[in-house]
Amino acid sequence: MSKKKHKINKTYKQINDKIKSGDVVVVTAEEIIDIVRENGPEEAAKHVDIVTTGTFAPMCSSGAVINFGHTQPAIKASKVWLNNVSAYAGMAAVDCYIGATEPCEDDPLNKVWPGEFKYGGGHVIEDLLAGEKVHIKASAYGTSCYPNKYVEDEIELSKLPQATLCNPRNGYQNYNCAVNMTKKTIYTYMGILKPNAVNANYCSAGQLSPLFNDPYYKTIGLGTRIFLGGGQGHVTWHGTQHKPGVARTEKGIPLSPSGTLWVMGDMKQMKPEWLRGISLLGYGCSLAVGLGIPIPILNEEMAMYTAVSDEDLFTQIIDYGVDYPNGKSKSLGQVSYADLKSGTIKLNDREIQTVPLSSYVKAKEIAEILKGWIKKGNFLLGEPQFTLPSE
Amino acid sequence: MYSKILILRFPNTEVQKPLVCYLAKDYGLTFNILKASVLPRREGVMVLELTGTKKNFNLGVSYLKEQGVNVQNASQEVNRDNDRCMHCGACTAVCPTGALSIERPDMAVNFDQKKCSVCAMCVPACPTRSMGILPTTETFF
Repeated sequence: MSKKKHKINKTYKQINDKIKSGDVVVVTAEEIIDIVRENGPEEAAKHVDIVTTGTFAPMCSSGAVINFGHTQPAIKASKVWLNNVSAYAGMAAVDCYIGATEPCEDDPLNKVWPGEFKYGGGHVIEDLLAGEKVHIKASAYGTSCYPNKYVEDEIELSKLPQATLCNPRNGYQNYNCAVNMTKKTIYTYMGILKPNAVNANYCSAGQLSPLFNDPYYKTIGLGTRIFLGGGQGHVTWHGTQHKPGVARTEKGIPLSPSGTLWVMGDMKQMKPEWLRGISLLGYGCSLAVGLGIPIPILNEEMAMYTAVSDEDLFTQIIDYGVDYPNGKSKSLGQVSYADLKSGTIKLNDREIQTVPLSSYVKAKEIAEILKGWIKKGNFLLGEPQFTLPSE
Repeated sequence: MYSKILILRFPNTEVQKPLVCYLAKDYGLTFNILKASVLPRREGVMVLELTGTKKNFNLGVSYLKEQGVNVQNASQEVNRDNDRCMHCGACTAVCPTGALSIERPDMAVNFDQKKCSVCAMCVPACPTRSMGILPTTETFF
């Protein structure tokens, strides 16, 4: 049916065959913009097979499932700490989940305000990837089969039986632009917001962002192979808070936070420069995740979608001083990512400084790396078993 | 005019001598004492800003050293760990002098140390904690 709908029709298999033969044409989500502008989506889809995207930003819903191996005598760990950061151990005997935002046990948190949150789960993940030894402490109540009640040891990634990055919400399709309308500086997950809306913080790679380039998730779903933390991972599900039904532009671009991704991958392939433990002043610890998705240009419709530029992408200005903490998301105005990237936006007829939290430099680097992998034949497209819900 | 903030450490044998006074009397230097204390083992620590001609400044510092005083440069500067910096731009929200700025259209974060006032606001504001405050290492006398 869909074959009649489009003039250009390619399959995943055809594109993968081109990757294997070295004939594949790959461009980044930045490069496709002018290609479509100059030649139209049909011509573009004829020549271009894949568009690579990228994003590198704090993504709090991230973490890793770690199997630390059986001890002698054996233990069924009830509580686990990695470098004194608590990991959830309500799983099988020696499995645990280290979450990115879990702070170190000794952290003073926000008792001395604003807290610095120097070390947390995200930093544990980065340390493991850097090949550093991580101190593990596990306690248990003891059973017939697992009598051990306490172990302490050093672990390192190369010797772990298994370590799987498992991020339940990454790659948000669009995000709020945050300002602070109160009279005092506030410290949020959107960074430092000075009083009286002096600065507006935003967090998206815009035209390079994966889900902005496939707004209805026509090629993304269970099994989509991706760049994840410097290695190859997969999209496994729609992420938590996936909300495809928000208001969209004519081109299908959501005007507020919308789709999200659940992603997984083998940590042993990943690199510390693409999974960075971070500290958000007064807020907490997190993890900056490097993520890139190849969008197959199956037809002219996909070429059109990937050709979006920052001028076509919009988000809402939200007050994080009073509104957001009270669960309100009243828009104070709509701005384009082109405006946000220019350095200033207008709010109530006043020019205010814009501050990005998402690294465009690194997003571009990811799109380029992914392009390189595909061109060299080191990365094949993963055809999704089913795509993410779009309504 | 030449001016530096110095940390002076007096050994317990010298702590009772009015050494700093001679900086003014014999070397024509002016000083502003920012901090002074005598520690439990009677060593003295003083932080002062010393101002004068460069020649007299150096002579004054030599005099202090001859008296057994340990002299350290207290001036600091902000440095960036370029391997850790992920070029997000979060620091530009707090930098008051524009030393940290975004280069457009590339969106790389530039750090111009000449514009930096060493307020250190960027140090905790940086998510990857790539900004650090360090004593300047150059020896000046």
